[in-house]
Amino acid sequence: MLNYGIPLQYFLIVATIMFFVGVYGFLTRKNLITILMSIELMLNSVNINFVAFNKYLYPDKLQGHFFALIVVAVAAAEAAVAIAIIINIYRRFSNINVEEVNEMKY
Amino acid sequence: MESNKLMFILFGAMIIVFSILSVTSRRILRAAVYLLLVLISTSGLYFMLNYQFLAAVQLTLYAGGIVVLIIFSILLTSHINERMESIGWKKAAFSAISVIIGIILCCTTILQFRFNASTIAAKEINMGVIGRELLGYSQNGYALPFEVISILLLAAMVAAIVVAKKEKAS
Repeated sequence: MLNYGIPLQYFLIVATIMFFVGVYGFLTRKNLITILMSIELMLNSVNINFVAFNKYLYPDKLQGHFFALIVVAVAAAEAAVAIAIIINIYRRFSNINVEEVNEMKY
Repeated sequence: MESNKLMFILFGAMIIVFSILSVTSRRILRAAVYLLLVLISTSGLYFMLNYQFLAAVQLTLYAGGIVVLIIFSILLTSHINERMESIGWKKAAFSAISVIIGIILCCTTILQFRFNASTIAAKEINMGVIGRELLGYSQNGYALPFEVISILLLAAMVAAIVVAKKEKAS
């Protein structure tokens, strides 16, 4: 377990705390962009898990490494689409507060 | 080995502190900057684990690309000096309680489970290996996910342009 002087569990605990902080932001924020930022935090913590599992449990393979790469690409695509939607919402409602943007059709 | 531990503590503390700041800060631009610092310290963790390519991708795509995109949209949609209204204590308290329960549950599970650390020597990872595996279609190849992600990126690009395009006045 003492592969690099640091047990695997420490990485997982850091990632867990980061994930739940993202959940907290997702629950309490009202601005759409900050909600998006919380989602980025959660995706990032999952990436840390994948990479740590890959390095500690299967160091002869690269599955976690590639999964993390693909998650980064998906996060980039998601952020681009989400920001396009947010800008469109801002154009219509002059506001990106989730409590005031409650009409599906204008 | 000691410097390794020191770096881990530094990066872990930076990740936790700045992620908490980034979801509680009431100035939205500062929250984005804290998110940037979280992403940079995450890439530091990847460097520590000896995945240089992934760390570079994290720095350029996440810290460079996504955060710049988020900051642009913040500048487009809100005033810089605007402070967000504070959240009600009830909502904050209930969210914090559920989050803390979640952290405790996950951490106890993680600490109780005995992971069998592999003793196989770590694979030498350089750009050649990554490129061959990413485009290989044999047993260790990842050509299918690579193609799927390229189609997804194309679709997302088209969708973003179509959604953000100004409608013609009708």
